[in-house]
Amino acid sequence: MATLHTRASARLMMTPAVVLLLAWMIVPLGMTLYFSLLRYNLLMPGMEEWTGLDNYTYFLTDPAFTAALVNTLLLVGGVLLITVVGGLLLALMLDQPFWGSGLVRLLVIAPFFVMPTVSALVWKNMLMHPVNGLFAWLARLFGLRPVDWFADLPLFSIILIVAWQWLPFATLILLTALQSLDEEQKEAAEMDGAGAASRFIYIVLPHLARAITVVILIETIFLLSVFAEILVTTNGGPGVQTTTITYLVYMQALLQFDVGGASAGGIIAVILANIVAIFLIRLIGRNLDR
Amino acid sequence: MGSIRLENVSKSFGEAQVISALDLDIEDGAFVVFVGPSGCGKSTLLRLIAGLEDVSGGRILIDGKDVTTTPPARRRLAMVFQSYALYPHMSVRGNIAFPLKMAGAGREEIERKVKDAARILNLEEYLDRKPRQLSGGQRQRVAIGRAIVREPTAFLFDEPLSNLDAALRVAMRLEITQLHQKLKRTMIYVTHDQVEAMTMADKIVVLNGGRIEQVGSPLELYRNPRNLFVAGFIGSPRMNFIDGAEAKKLGAATIGIRPEHLRLSATEGLWKGRVDVAEHLGSDTFLHIEMDGIGPLTARIGGEFPVRVGDTVHVTPEDGKIHRFDEKGLAL
Amino acid sequence: MARAISTRRKVTFTILGWTIGFLIFFPVLWTVLTSFKTEGTAIATPPQFLFFDWTMENYVAVQNRSNYMRHMSNSIVISVGSTLIGLLVAIPAAWAMAFSPTKRTKDVLLWMLSTKMLPAVGVLVPIYLIFRDWSLLDGLAGLTAVLTLINLPIIVWMLYTYFREIPGEILEAARMDGASLAKEIVYVLTPMAVPGIASTMLLNIILAWNEAFWSLNLTASRAAPLTAFIAAYSSPEGLFWAKLSAASTLAIAPILVLGWFAQRQLVRGLTFGAVK
Repeated sequence: MATLHTRASARLMMTPAVVLLLAWMIVPLGMTLYFSLLRYNLLMPGMEEWTGLDNYTYFLTDPAFTAALVNTLLLVGGVLLITVVGGLLLALMLDQPFWGSGLVRLLVIAPFFVMPTVSALVWKNMLMHPVNGLFAWLARLFGLRPVDWFADLPLFSIILIVAWQWLPFATLILLTALQSLDEEQKEAAEMDGAGAASRFIYIVLPHLARAITVVILIETIFLLSVFAEILVTTNGGPGVQTTTITYLVYMQALLQFDVGGASAGGIIAVILANIVAIFLIRLIGRNLDR
Repeated sequence: MGSIRLENVSKSFGEAQVISALDLDIEDGAFVVFVGPSGCGKSTLLRLIAGLEDVSGGRILIDGKDVTTTPPARRRLAMVFQSYALYPHMSVRGNIAFPLKMAGAGREEIERKVKDAARILNLEEYLDRKPRQLSGGQRQRVAIGRAIVREPTAFLFDEPLSNLDAALRVAMRLEITQLHQKLKRTMIYVTHDQVEAMTMADKIVVLNGGRIEQVGSPLELYRNPRNLFVAGFIGSPRMNFIDGAEAKKLGAATIGIRPEHLRLSATEGLWKGRVDVAEHLGSDTFLHIEMDGIGPLTARIGGEFPVRVGDTVHVTPEDGKIHRFDEKGLAL
Repeated sequence: MARAISTRRKVTFTILGWTIGFLIFFPVLWTVLTSFKTEGTAIATPPQFLFFDWTMENYVAVQNRSNYMRHMSNSIVISVGSTLIGLLVAIPAAWAMAFSPTKRTKDVLLWMLSTKMLPAVGVLVPIYLIFRDWSLLDGLAGLTAVLTLINLPIIVWMLYTYFREIPGEILEAARMDGASLAKEIVYVLTPMAVPGIASTMLLNIILAWNEAFWSLNLTASRAAPLTAFIAAYSSPEGLFWAKLSAASTLAIAPILVLGWFAQRQLVRGLTFGAVK
């Protein structure tokens, strides 16, 4: 494989991909970093001036930032909790032999392929509408007062929608991991006298630990960027109750045209995502060696 | 046509030296086997000859022509890989025809040569099948077919039988030997199995740690191993090694005696011991004996030998069959 | 493995499985059903499940009123275009990494993946300004380029994992058989990699089709793909559920079908090989 000739062609063939991604990473990120140190508002062209770290101070001391940070953590944490626990149960169920399990699997993974704007609107209007929604009708059927989801529980509503979208992802990955478990290992444990419960705790769960970690890390990366679901349902409101970091940066940039402030926010979002990304990259890297 | 000469050839991957400067001459038409434990560099050496790896130093000559920097496609060698490396998307016919197609042969010539190869290898019925529809032995034959149609100057085999079951391995071993007698082309064959080496080779090259330990015909290596490594590697079961007082008596650091060169008696002999394990194969009996003051020895007796675990036996080495080695492990 | 499973257990799981599967799938099913109702039936209480007057009027209305086909074709151009360009760049790169790895290959690959983990808001401002200054806003070219770049790491990664499954010995055999590098790629590698390339294509079309952040921020009307077009139904005057449902059904149906075919690739493509 490794002759001088093949190595030289290999380097040439990698160049376009590397150059493109390098440019994609360095140019805009460099610009964001630069803008974040300027006072720069699109409504006041020509007034740009150097402000050092002022944008960061403003952004970080803005009460909206604290709220957004809390909302982001709640959103990510809530969705993770629902999808990991739910996904684990679903995966265990789909791993059982039953009639039509293949079809049920298709039904379960369907939400992942629904575009975010569609799922948000369908949930918001047709399911969660306080008067005509299906949930309202169900509540009344049982003699309960319908919940006005987006007025009373806005963040929870968004968590529900996003969790519905990501549940298939967790299920599919955990199911794949479950099915890669060596059947003989389970049989050996059974021969050793382990019951169903101890087999799950001592054999299945440790085997799944890695897959669960992967689900958590990858979902976190994507969930930190949840945007469309908020835009089409609550616009970050009421107040700042559903404003996440991503949404806050978007508002700062494209609604208030505060380039400097938005850039500072963007850099903070990058730092937050990187904390997770480092763990993820390490995990992937370790796997590449095998 | 088909002589291969390695001059001072060495190979390192980064820091790790895999082959340290070695010389080797392979005559035209010879069947040479590279044998050694895994990691000894035998496959790397074959890949260097094939041109699939660059040498780090030295020269490779084929028929006197320096091919050190020639790409594999132009060395006129054919190779049979351990995994057979058949093209899964091509039929057997397509696989065998591929090298001819690459060489730009005409349709008629391809047709004729594929047919010839198929006849030699008993593959005529399978020409339209895909590799995945074939058994291991048939795949192996397709790989060989692909190699012979090119009429190469030499064939390279990289552990070609290691994926086959024991019975098939013996059959294919015979087929390859017959093929060599028919084609009379140079063949270089890599294996870790010393039985394959002994049965097939004109000349065995024993490799260890990237060095050539000894080169010679199978019986030369069996009779006169140059050092402890070769003595231990060639022959099955393994040669018994004894050091300490018994070796000193013969003026050596270590003495070696093959299991088949031990004489057993129930009543008298040079050494006395107790039978630990007896393996009755019918044609042979292998005894693992714990010798007093010497340690464990293996003995091989032709035919059936009535003995039970725990029995006391006396053992005497045959005259002139004791190998003596010095402190450095070299034969005296 | 080959043990008899009690019928009762199987029946229990069949009922449980289908119930849960139905519940999870219900929002999608509900959307499809609603798309065949009149606006009046759509908001009726109690809700009408199956026994209503089925109508196609919403599909007709959606196509007539909002130039639906243009957004559909935008989605196709953007998702297929970005995937094809991505493949063009990624195939040689993945070939090189899989078959001629060096000590740095792993680092390059991980670095490429790490660019995928860069949050979009981190580069929203400069990309928006660049698009504004270069008149790329609300244009297909710009959005296609951005989607190519954000999905390039996944394409490279997936192809790399597929190529790596092709034993190097086969390519070496081709080399021994006298094939040049070009012939090796055309006659041996590509035919063997076709399933992998197809899967990669499939998953990336899906991801690009459903991409919402950049579509919403970089397009307005002319170049808006379906994700952005559907978002317009969030405004109060757009609260026509039946029409929303018809538009949504059309937008998700093709991708749902592709997605069902691509479910295995999903795991491979989105976990970067961390789960096998």
